[in-house]
Amino acid sequence: MTKEKKMVITIPREELMSPGHLACQGCGASLAMRLALKALGQKTAVCIPACCWAVIDGPFPYSSLDIPIYHCAFETAASSASGVKAGLEMVGETETTVLAWAGDGGTFDIGIQALSAAAERNEDIIYACYDNEAYMNTGIQRSSATPLGAWTTTTPVKHYKKERKKDIIGIMAAHEIPYIATASVAYPEDLVRKFKKAREIKGTRFIHIYAPCPVGWKSQPEDSIKLAKLAVQTGYFPLFEIEDGENWTLNFKVKERKPISEYLKLQGRFRHLKEEEIAIIQKEVDTKWEKTLKKCGL
Amino acid sequence: MKKVIMGNHALSYGAMLSRSQVIAAYPITPQTQVVELLSEMCADGTLEAKFIKVESEHSAMAACLGASLAGARAFTATSAQGLALMHEMLHWASGGRMPVVLGNINRAMAPGWSIWSDQNDSLSERDTGWIQFYCSSNQEVLDSVIQAFKVSEKLMIPSMIILDAFSLSHTYEVVEIPEQEKVDGYLPPFKPPFRLTTEEPHAFGGLTSPDHYMELRYKLQKDMEKVPALVDETGREYEKIFGRRLSQVDDYRCDDAELILVTSGTAGYTARVAVDELREKGIKAGNLRIRLFRPFPFEKVRQIVSSAPKVAVLDRNISYGHHGIFYQEVKSALYGQTAKPTVFGFIAGLGGRDITKDHFKEIVEYALSKDKAEEEIVWIGVKK
Ligand SMILES: Cc1ncc(C[n+]2csc(CCOP(=O)(O)OP(=O)(O)O)c2C)c(N)n1
Ligand SMILES: [Mg+2]
Repeated sequence: MTKEKKMVITIPREELMSPGHLACQGCGASLAMRLALKALGQKTAVCIPACCWAVIDGPFPYSSLDIPIYHCAFETAASSASGVKAGLEMVGETETTVLAWAGDGGTFDIGIQALSAAAERNEDIIYACYDNEAYMNTGIQRSSATPLGAWTTTTPVKHYKKERKKDIIGIMAAHEIPYIATASVAYPEDLVRKFKKAREIKGTRFIHIYAPCPVGWKSQPEDSIKLAKLAVQTGYFPLFEIEDGENWTLNFKVKERKPISEYLKLQGRFRHLKEEEIAIIQKEVDTKWEKTLKKCGL
Repeated sequence: MKKVIMGNHALSYGAMLSRSQVIAAYPITPQTQVVELLSEMCADGTLEAKFIKVESEHSAMAACLGASLAGARAFTATSAQGLALMHEMLHWASGGRMPVVLGNINRAMAPGWSIWSDQNDSLSERDTGWIQFYCSSNQEVLDSVIQAFKVSEKLMIPSMIILDAFSLSHTYEVVEIPEQEKVDGYLPPFKPPFRLTTEEPHAFGGLTSPDHYMELRYKLQKDMEKVPALVDETGREYEKIFGRRLSQVDDYRCDDAELILVTSGTAGYTARVAVDELREKGIKAGNLRIRLFRPFPFEKVRQIVSSAPKVAVLDRNISYGHHGIFYQEVKSALYGQTAKPTVFGFIAGLGGRDITKDHFKEIVEYALSKDKAEEEIVWIGVKK
């Protein structure tokens, strides 16, 4: 008799996000929220600044989330969440998890001042950045999270993005906050585990979620998960955790990394790249990967 | 208990006695003592509140709004550049109906850098949907904070308590510090009708289509219109408990006046010294000090100034290309009325230049000797 293998489902069944939201097909950001809330549960309050998620939630008077939402100003996710946490504590609601949920623009660019300040104060909040690598809500403009080589409306094909993606993890690690993690919508168990773990830690927790955007990346909606997987398998977006700013753990040890070209070729935003430019990007990925391994003690 | 305190500390005591629960602030001259004292009070337990030491005024207001939405009473203070940096969040506060109270020290806007008083900072925020109180004594500053929380929380509209840089913020005066129990009797705990809580999840401030947005603004205006009466009502209640009346405006020897000087802030008290001296010489002058600027106390202003043939408005501010802002407002209050005094507009004291009683005498002399102003703006003490 063959031994019966049991699959353990670690993702809670409870849904705090309803259908009928306004996300596009294949939106990584909406899936990320759905999964994150499964982990965090109903006793969560979220601050959402200007970003796609300010729209995805649904127009007034509707909301697709079964938790309280504060739609706050673009640059204020971290400061608004700090205030909400302080306010809730003062009125005796100490158990509520306060989540700041912002895009890459709201995190890497306009909101970084408030984020850095909240991290330095070690505010008791979870800050999640869903990274679709541009300002998508306003029509695909570059952010400092847009990767080298990418097209956006403000980095047109002839002048595609010549700068590297900002190292937000390095910045957050330098703040020595208790918990930092990267997560991906293609690895839901890992994502859920990280949010659950974050929920139990006190202080500022930062989770960087890789979230494909078919509209902004000029990719197929059905390829979103495939792309998110490739990002991990190529080493472009490694999945890891950092505790107290120094203890790095790699969660997925990719033995044979796939070439970055496999990842790039599925996206129209990289279509203009020539072979030598792809080679440069490959080198960048290799260097970054080696650095990450080293930090993880591998 | 009586204490000799500076205007800035009057704000801190007001915030403390109001039992502010969350304070988020960022330092700026001439506001710093407000938050220094509050952070001490939080640290030593005099005030049971969380003090969030944010990295900018923008974040200060954002944090206050988060706290207010969560159901906590929130207070902050700032001045000039800081208030301007908050501008976006000021709209957020009123539009989101979050009754935060903010102390603003009137300071001139840069450039050139100035730390001295004028009103262009707060008046630039005239249309953000905040209630604005202009104070003329440290006692009034303290009392106004407590009253403002009451008015704001009743109508869910934020309030700004405004005081002149240095001539009030750093001036020491005797202030009666009310007893905590009495303040508690006047100002009940903050209980908003809706708040951010997992017990009853709502989404606040989401995408609002043309089908709904206008009604939200209509309601804000309708509630703004209730402020003047509520200021009088809560002001009388305040008098019953604390012995000091708080009202929309404060008039002095206006009943039989041939000329009324309209002022705001500390200039009001200077005007009164001039009024008394002029009266001794047989000149019937009076003073109307406007305390509530937004919403504008149309009825009160009409009632008081209509009986005088002439009105002279002193502005420590200017709307470039137009005129002093109080002058515009007073004129608009009188438009279409049967009794229409001649209104003169004077601008003085920008960037902290002194406004003395002699300036008021000059103003009175000018207004009484002319049928109408020779210039739309009469500048006082400017080196042309
Ligand atoms: C102060 C301010 N500046 C600009 C905007 C316009 N705006 C709204 S969303 C957005 C881009 C958001 O980008 P990101 O944070 O990456 O989120 P995404 O739209 O990609 O989900 C911009 C520029 C704003 N709302 N507020
Ligand atoms: Mg984005």
